[in-house]
Amino acid sequence: MRVVWSFLLVVLLAAIAFFGAEAGGQALFGVVFPYVAMVVFLVGIAARVLSWARSTVPFRIPTTCGQQRSLPWIKPAPLDNPSTGRGAAARVLLEVLTFRSLFRNTRSELRPGGRFTFSPDKWLWAGALAFHYSFLVVFLRHYRFFAEPVPAVVGWIEGLDGFFQVGLPVVYLTDIVLVAALGFLLWRRLEDARLRYLSLHADYFPLALLLGIAVTGVLLRYFVRPDVVRVKELAIGLVGLHPAVPQGISPLVFAHIFLVTVLLAYFPFSKLVHMAGVFLSPTRNLANDNRMRRHVNPWNPAIVGHTYAEWEHEFHDKLKASGIPLDEE
Amino acid sequence: MPEKTRDELVQIDFKPPEREWMDPAIDFEARRGTWSYPGAAKNLRYLGFPNPREWSPTDEDWQLPENWQQIIHDGLAERLNKYRSLKLFLDVCVRCGACADKCHFYLGSGDPKNMPVLRAELLRSVYRNDFTAAGKILGRIGGARKLTPAVLKEWFYYFYQCTECRRCSVFCPYGIDTAEITMLARELLNLVGLNINWVIEPVANCDRTGNHLGIQPHTFKDNIEFLVDELEGATGVRVAPSINRKGAELLFVVPSADYFAEPGIYTFMGYLLLLHALGVDYTLSAYASEGGNFGLFTSHDTIKRLNYKIYHEAKRLGVKWILGGECGHMWRVIHQYMDTMNGPADFLEPPVSPITGTAFTNAAATKMVHICEFTADLIKHGKLRLDPSRNDHLRVTFHDSCNPARAMGILEEPRYILRSVARNFFEMPENTIREQTFCCGAGAGLGNDENMEMRLRGGLPRANAVRFVHEKHGVNRLACICAIDRATLTTLMEYWVPEVDVSGVHELVGNALVIDGEKPRDTDLRGRPLAGGKGDADA
Ligand code: HEM
Ligand code: SF4
Ligand code: SF4
Repeated sequence: MRVVWSFLLVVLLAAIAFFGAEAGGQALFGVVFPYVAMVVFLVGIAARVLSWARSTVPFRIPTTCGQQRSLPWIKPAPLDNPSTGRGAAARVLLEVLTFRSLFRNTRSELRPGGRFTFSPDKWLWAGALAFHYSFLVVFLRHYRFFAEPVPAVVGWIEGLDGFFQVGLPVVYLTDIVLVAALGFLLWRRLEDARLRYLSLHADYFPLALLLGIAVTGVLLRYFVRPDVVRVKELAIGLVGLHPAVPQGISPLVFAHIFLVTVLLAYFPFSKLVHMAGVFLSPTRNLANDNRMRRHVNPWNPAIVGHTYAEWEHEFHDKLKASGIPLDEE
Repeated sequence: MPEKTRDELVQIDFKPPEREWMDPAIDFEARRGTWSYPGAAKNLRYLGFPNPREWSPTDEDWQLPENWQQIIHDGLAERLNKYRSLKLFLDVCVRCGACADKCHFYLGSGDPKNMPVLRAELLRSVYRNDFTAAGKILGRIGGARKLTPAVLKEWFYYFYQCTECRRCSVFCPYGIDTAEITMLARELLNLVGLNINWVIEPVANCDRTGNHLGIQPHTFKDNIEFLVDELEGATGVRVAPSINRKGAELLFVVPSADYFAEPGIYTFMGYLLLLHALGVDYTLSAYASEGGNFGLFTSHDTIKRLNYKIYHEAKRLGVKWILGGECGHMWRVIHQYMDTMNGPADFLEPPVSPITGTAFTNAAATKMVHICEFTADLIKHGKLRLDPSRNDHLRVTFHDSCNPARAMGILEEPRYILRSVARNFFEMPENTIREQTFCCGAGAGLGNDENMEMRLRGGLPRANAVRFVHEKHGVNRLACICAIDRATLTTLMEYWVPEVDVSGVHELVGNALVIDGEKPRDTDLRGRPLAGGKGDADA
C-alpha cells in the first residue's frame, strides 16, 4: 500500500507541474520553485552537516573488520582495520566509491535440520552501485544545459555513455541502467517479505520520485523532444541569476524540473542525507589506534570509582586475616 | 534448559507477522524464556541508580517515575549532542536491509524486530517524533511514534535482546552500529529504572568488592590458592602468584570468572603456569580483581566508574605496565574506552616484554597488553618450550569473540598461539569467523538462566558452525578468548553440540608448556588423559 501512495503522490506532483505550466505557471515551476528548493537544499544540508559536526565524538569506536596492527610480524589489515588517519580516510573513500561494506553482503538460508548457509549476495551491491553511478553520470551530463560552451568533460562523458549505440538520437547507457536499477531496488523492496515489512513511506517515496524524474527525462529525450535551445536558455538563466522563461517549452519539461525541485527540497529532511553522513560515520572514519594514541573526550565526566582506600577500609579485617598486604595497618 | 527440544527450536518462522511493526505488543508472559529479570532494588540503591523498586516485566504497571517520558526525552536530547554516532545513525539509515539477516537473534528467532535495522527503528521512530521536522509534521506516515508505555516495554524487551556484538555494523554501508544504539538506549532505560539484574548485580558487586562475582579479598586469595594446589596436582609445579604486591613489574588483570568456575579456571592455570615458567615479576590484585566491565552494558558513566580501579591500582602498586587476560568485552573497554575515560596513564611505562624485549608499541598510550599479544611474541621468539602433542587428544577450533574481533581486531595472535600449541586446528566456515564471527548469543548481560530460550536461539548460528567442523573434522574443543564465552558457549554446546568442550587459549598453552621440574604429564590441566601417552603422536 505504501508503495502505491508514493507513486500516486509522484504522479500527482508531476501532473500539478504539467497542468500548472500549461495554465501559465511556467515562471512558478521554472524559476520560483527551483530557486526556493535550491536554497532549502543548500541550507538544509549545511544545517544537517553542522548539527552532526556539533555533536561530539567522545570515543574512538571504529568497527574493526580485519587484523589489528600489533606485533611487527603480524600482517595488519590497513583498510579494514586502519591504524592511521590516512588508512581511515582510504576506508571511507572506498566505502563511498565502491560500497565496500555492501560488497560483503551474504544471504542466509535456513536448511532442514536447523542448518544455516551463508552465500555471497552481490545483488544489492550491484544494484546500488548501478543506480548511484548512472545517476551521477546523468547528473553530470546535465551540465550541457547549464554551461555555454559545453565543457569538454561533459562531451567525453556523453561520448562514453553513448558509445554502444549508433543511430539518432544516441541512446545513453546510463538512462537504461538508471531506470533498470531503480526498478530493481524497488522490486527487491516489494519482493522480500522482511524488507516489505520494514519499509516506510520514506523508503518508497525517494524511489518513486527518482523513477518519476528518470521516466520524464527519458520521455523528453527520446519521445517528446522539446526545443532544447529554449530549455537551455531557461537553465542558463537560472544559474546566471537572471531568470527568463522562454515561450513554447513543453509542459513535460516543467513536470521533470518540478520533480527534481521536490527532490532537492525533500533531500535534507530524508534518509537521502546519507550522501553526506557516510563521510562522518565514527565506526568507519576513525583509525583503530586507541591504545597507541590518546583520544580526548571533550566532556569527559569527573567520575571516581570506589577508591582503594575505601575498599581497604571496608575489607580491612578480612585482608589482614588472609595476609594480603595493607596500606594502613 | 528450556522445555523446547532442538527440533522444536529450529522450526523458525521468518514470515513477518500481519501486525505492523509500528504497533507494539509484547506479551511478556507468553515470551518467558526470552527476557531477563529486572535489576533488584538493593543493587540499584547501592549504585545510586534511579527508581529502585521490585517489579516484573509481566506487571501491567512498571512503576515508572511520573515524568518518565520527559526524562527519556531529555536524556535522548543530551545524548544526541554528546554522541555523533547516535545522531548520525538515527539520521542516515536507508533501510536497505543489508544488516537484517546478520543478527544471530534474528536468525535464531525469526522475530523481525531482531533485525538490527528494526531494533534501531524502535528508537529512531521516537527520535523522529520528538526531534525531526518530518516526524513532527507527518507523524506515523513519516515513521514517527510517540513514546507510549507499550513502546517503552518494547525497548526493554529488544534492547535487552541485543548482545552489542557489532556484527550488523560490519555489513552496513554506513557502518551503523546497532550495538552503539543499544548501549545508548540502555542508558535511557536506566534513567527510568529499567535494567536487568544479570547486569546490575555484577556492576554493584564490582563496584563494591572489585569483581562482578562479589568475591571478597579473603575468598579471592583462597580461590587462587586452591587453583595453585590443583595446578600442582596436574603438573607437579608449584606456582606462587602474589596478591596486591607493591613494586611488581606487571599488574595482571583477568576476568573474575577465570578464577571462579570451570572451564575458566583451567585458562587461569595456563596463565599462572606461563608466567611462572618465565619468571615474570607480576602481581594480581584483590582490589582490581575484575578485567570485565558490565558498565559496558549499563552506561558510559558506569564503564568509567568500574574501570577506574585498574589504573588506580596500577598507580598504587607502582607497576610498570598492565597485562590483561582473555576476556571479550573487557578488551572492548580497555581498547576503545579506557585511556579516554580513565587516562592518561602517564604514571606507567610504555610496555616492553621483560622476556623478549619487544616493545608493544600498539599499547604505548594505554599501557595495557593482551596476554595473547604477549604470548604470541614469546612463541615467535622461541622463548617457550612447547610440546604440542600434549594437545593431541583435542581437535580444536577457534571462536572469535565479538568484541576482540570487531572492536579491536585481535584475530591472528590467538590463532598463531593455537597452531603452536596444538596440532589439530581447524577453522569454522568463513562467514562465521573473524570479523564475521557469530556471537555466543548470551553476551551483554544476557547469559542468565531465565533468558535461556533466547540464548539458545541466538547461539544457533555459532553452534551450527561448530557442529559443521565437529562432523567434518571431529572437532571436540572450542577455544576462545572470552570469559563470558567460556561460560555461555559451554551451555550452548551442551544443548546443540554436546561432543564439544569449551576452553580458553591459555589452557592449551598450559597443556603444552614444558617446565623445569614438572612431573611426567599424563593428563591435561583438566586431569584428562593425554592421547595415548605423551609423545606418541610424534611417531
Ligand atoms: C556520496 C554519495 C552517496 C553514497 C556513498 C551513497 C551510498 C548509498 C548506499 C551504500 C546505499 C545502500 C544501497 C541501496 O539501498 O541501494 C544507498 C541507498 C540509496 N541512495 Fe545513496 N549514496 C550517495 C548519494 C545519493 C544521492 C545523491 C541520492 C539521490 C539523489 C541517493 C539515493 C539513494 C536512494 C534512494 C537509496 C535507497 C535505495 C533503496 O531504497 O533501495 N544516494 N546509497
Ligand atoms: S545496513 Fe545500515 S543502512 Fe542498511 S538497513 Fe541496516 S542499518 Fe540501515
Ligand atoms: S549488535 Fe549484534 S545483537 Fe545487536 S543488533 Fe547488531 S547483530 Fe544483533
